[in-house]
Amino acid sequence: MTYELLGITVLWTFLFGYLIVASIDFGAGFYSYYSKATNKAHIIHNIVQRYLSPVWEVTNVFLVFFLIGIIGFFPDTAYYYGTALLIPGSIAIILLAIRGSYYAFSTYGAKDSHFFSFLYGATGLLIPASLTVVLTVSLGGYIVVDNDQIQLLYGELFGSAYSWSVVILAIVSVLFISASFLTYYAARANDNRALELLRKYTITWSFPTIIMGIVVFLLLSKRNITQFENMLDIGWVFAVSFIAFVAAVVLIWKRQRYGTAFTLVVIQYFTAFFGYGVAHLPYLLYPHLTIYDGFTNESMAIALIIAFVAGLFLLIPSLYLLLRLFLFDADYVQGNK
Amino acid sequence: MFEYDPVLFSRILTYVTLGFHVIFATLGVGVPLMIAIAEWMGIKRGDPHYTLMARRWARGFVITVAVGVVTGTAIALQLALLWPNFMQAAGHTIGLPMFMETFAFFFEAIFLGIYLYTWDRFKSKMKHFLLVIPIVIGATASAFFITSVNSFMNAPQGFNIVDGVLTDVSPLAAMFNAATPTKISHVIITCYLTAAFILGMIAAYKILRGNKHVYHKKALHMTMVSALVFAVATAAIGDLSGKYLHEYQPEKLAAAEWHFETETEAPLILGGILTEDNEVEYALEIPFALSILAGGTPDTEVIGLNEYPEDELPPLWVHYFFDAMVFIGMYLAAVSALFVLFNWQNRRNPLRKLNPFKSWMLRLIVLGGPLSMFAIQFGWIFAEVGRQPWILHSVMTTAEGATTSDHVDIMLWIFILLYAVLGVTSYLVLRKMFLHNPVEHELERRGIPYHTVEKDVES
Repeated sequence: MTYELLGITVLWTFLFGYLIVASIDFGAGFYSYYSKATNKAHIIHNIVQRYLSPVWEVTNVFLVFFLIGIIGFFPDTAYYYGTALLIPGSIAIILLAIRGSYYAFSTYGAKDSHFFSFLYGATGLLIPASLTVVLTVSLGGYIVVDNDQIQLLYGELFGSAYSWSVVILAIVSVLFISASFLTYYAARANDNRALELLRKYTITWSFPTIIMGIVVFLLLSKRNITQFENMLDIGWVFAVSFIAFVAAVVLIWKRQRYGTAFTLVVIQYFTAFFGYGVAHLPYLLYPHLTIYDGFTNESMAIALIIAFVAGLFLLIPSLYLLLRLFLFDADYVQGNK
Repeated sequence: MFEYDPVLFSRILTYVTLGFHVIFATLGVGVPLMIAIAEWMGIKRGDPHYTLMARRWARGFVITVAVGVVTGTAIALQLALLWPNFMQAAGHTIGLPMFMETFAFFFEAIFLGIYLYTWDRFKSKMKHFLLVIPIVIGATASAFFITSVNSFMNAPQGFNIVDGVLTDVSPLAAMFNAATPTKISHVIITCYLTAAFILGMIAAYKILRGNKHVYHKKALHMTMVSALVFAVATAAIGDLSGKYLHEYQPEKLAAAEWHFETETEAPLILGGILTEDNEVEYALEIPFALSILAGGTPDTEVIGLNEYPEDELPPLWVHYFFDAMVFIGMYLAAVSALFVLFNWQNRRNPLRKLNPFKSWMLRLIVLGGPLSMFAIQFGWIFAEVGRQPWILHSVMTTAEGATTSDHVDIMLWIFILLYAVLGVTSYLVLRKMFLHNPVEHELERRGIPYHTVEKDVES
């Protein structure tokens, strides 16, 4: 494996990590607000808070990690994406800032503030929408590179069916991933009322999720035919993804093995996400930038990889401790600690 | 207002973000150490007042961390959005410390979550105390790594440029450059100092408002002793920073001191104003002091501004910020030293009979809180503006690093609004948190007696 490939794999894995933890977090924020607004807060509030409180800070780190990592491994991305994405990037920052701080304000400060939890819930759905712009743009056709000037074509971006369907896919996926996780968490807590409500949410959001997945796939053939054909070449990956999805929904429908069901959801997104990523290679920004011409110098690459491995030795035990104390500790989940 | 210039607006927006972030980042680095000391004292002395202190500080700390994290994320993204050319070059050379900073941040985030939710979970208090150590390490390590990035911008090394292309990059050499030791130690120690003073300010304010609870006196004593230690260390490191500037960035030192002619026995200029034809007026001159600051001896030759082409000079108003920073540093050292001396019950201490809880003393401490935060701002403004026009000293100018995008001005206004809202809400939330749950109530609820093991220091 070349350094380039290793670098992008590491980064893509972290982005996937962000996709899962952030989806749980964003969806939880939305459900938390929605349940308040519909007077169902007492049913799921505790489940959401008990999970979120100890991990809220960790979510953000995955994103920063990806961001700094990509600048480290592929410094040219800073030049291309940085120049083109000033406005969408800034909007994402603002949403992330509002969300992160108002979570803390409403959890630790003003517990009964409706407005704070509205801000927290609403931004949770807008952030995935604003972040998907980067994925859309990376397909090519939304940016013009003309000598020293790089410009984002806003008309093209907002006028394209593809970019809107990606946004919708992101939002419904957030709600689906989050609900399936919280269903599992509620099952562990033996909280039947929360479980029933969250199970209903999971099933409700499963259909739009898979439909949008297929829609995006079909629209992709018009947007970037190379990417589309690359994806067809590894079609089995997406078949695995689909099977995992069906199996997860069936388990939840039958009220069986919620833990396995959530794992299947993770597999569904893992295969789809990595399949999409592999098909995108070697381009970071089609057709201007590949992982080979945007790669950092060799000594930096080696240093980063060493730092990464060393860092993992620190992170994995810490994350394990966090999960053991708050996720897999039945007493904590049930609210006895 | 101004003619649109992406470079100027990028600079202002970066300052606004960093200026806001540094308030929370400073507390983020300093407060965990104070929490750790308080919890440690609580265990060692078996005094629940200290444990409660750690607990209450940690609760307020969460709010500041939240804002620190989101503004930190903002600056991480903004660096790429506003300075794409610089980040492209920086990625090749200092990707390593940036990457490691996120590891430190990750580490801290994980343990902060655990720490906050396990106060009553372990039987052994020591176990819970051990959880705060990774937070202190993570917070300080973040400061360490990110400051080494900033040091690199001041003293770039560890690479060669051949025909405009970066070659022979050595990530470790870039990270441990000439500016690294003084910068990092100065940043970390002043974070500790500021956190101690901010927490001391709260205790002093409570006592000043007539609260006689021994809890606040203990808090004040603990923070002021810590502050004194940090203030002395700050002064020592500040002196080394002066020597560093003399060696590697003489034009920054000369701009700070309005030192025009290269000469030995150079005087230090305090205060004053600079007239249009570069005459210094109303200033206090301390003979030889600048030479001593720069090289340790009065006969050290200090390079003056006249040696540099005009377009490579930093703006001369950095002098005011430099002086303000130094003045506040002295003030903090003096105030904490006075308090500690008055409070030191040693037979041979002639000042032991004086009451450290007199209202004038408390007022000086309260004033020290905001002043310490201003010193952080002034110091950063001096350090950053003092290296203009360079973004990478002697390698890349700020203008070359900036974005060419058309919309930085709109973003500037939006971000100013965002930070104003965040600032006001954090103030309101923190206020509400502590006003609605004063120490007395919490002590009562937790069944902690008024006087614990320690003898009350009566005023």
